[in-house]
Amino acid sequence: MSLILDTLSWALILGGSGFVLIGTLGLLRLPDVFTRLHGAGMTDTMGAGLLVLGMLLQSPDWLVAVKLVLIVVFLAFTSPMTSHALARAAILDGIKPWLRDSGKGGAQ
Amino acid sequence: MARTLSLIVLMLVLWLVMSGHGELWLLALGGASAVLVAWIARRLDSVDHEGHPLHLTWRGLGYWPWLAVEIVKANLDVARTILAGPDAVTPAVFTVKASQSDDLGRTIYANSITLTPGTVTMGVDDDGTLTIHALNAGAREGLETGDMDRRVRTLMGEA
Repeated sequence: MSLILDTLSWALILGGSGFVLIGTLGLLRLPDVFTRLHGAGMTDTMGAGLLVLGMLLQSPDWLVAVKLVLIVVFLAFTSPMTSHALARAAILDGIKPWLRDSGKGGAQ
Repeated sequence: MARTLSLIVLMLVLWLVMSGHGELWLLALGGASAVLVAWIARRLDSVDHEGHPLHLTWRGLGYWPWLAVEIVKANLDVARTILAGPDAVTPAVFTVKASQSDDLGRTIYANSITLTPGTVTMGVDDDGTLTIHALNAGAREGLETGDMDRRVRTLMGEA
């Protein structure tokens, strides 16, 4: 039983790490601040979600489990606020979103 | 009043699961803190349908799991796009209409859009027009079906 739990838990944690890694990759290779936000959005939804799910299976008692779930709940409420604030700040600062056909804007 | 009472109960439960203490003395302290915070929140006028949306609890049980599934699907799509390289990125800026009748509904819709990877709400107008930035065409089409807009309206009890 504990072998199955451990395997499942590690699969989830590795999966979460994978999504954090891909999100970071997106942060590095996407063309401008707005597209990079989408990459960052992956790390605190699927990345954090799978990591916490994996840790839930390892939690020694329900008090720890509840705290782990609360982390995801608070992330779900705060991360869209910060993404939106960042996008809005960029727009107000006059940054034009990079679009494929215009060829303007971008990270530079 | 029911809202304030439920806020006190909710915070006491939160205090309990965060501390893990069941002794009477500590429990009384936790209860006193919960009452104090609820009193301050009431004085700040934040115990209303926005600050403590108690009325969304039951319908939320239908909405949040649906949103979670959408987030998983969107994550896989964005991951594919990132791994496919820069050529797969076709960003777009467009507007959608938030048909919810109040600020709370629009905020939930706008935040749900942002929480879903691949789409970010960049701006909200007074008439409920949301400016969206999408990473690729798929994310844009998914939003333009209006499915999420409808579901948030259902969550708000408007449809």
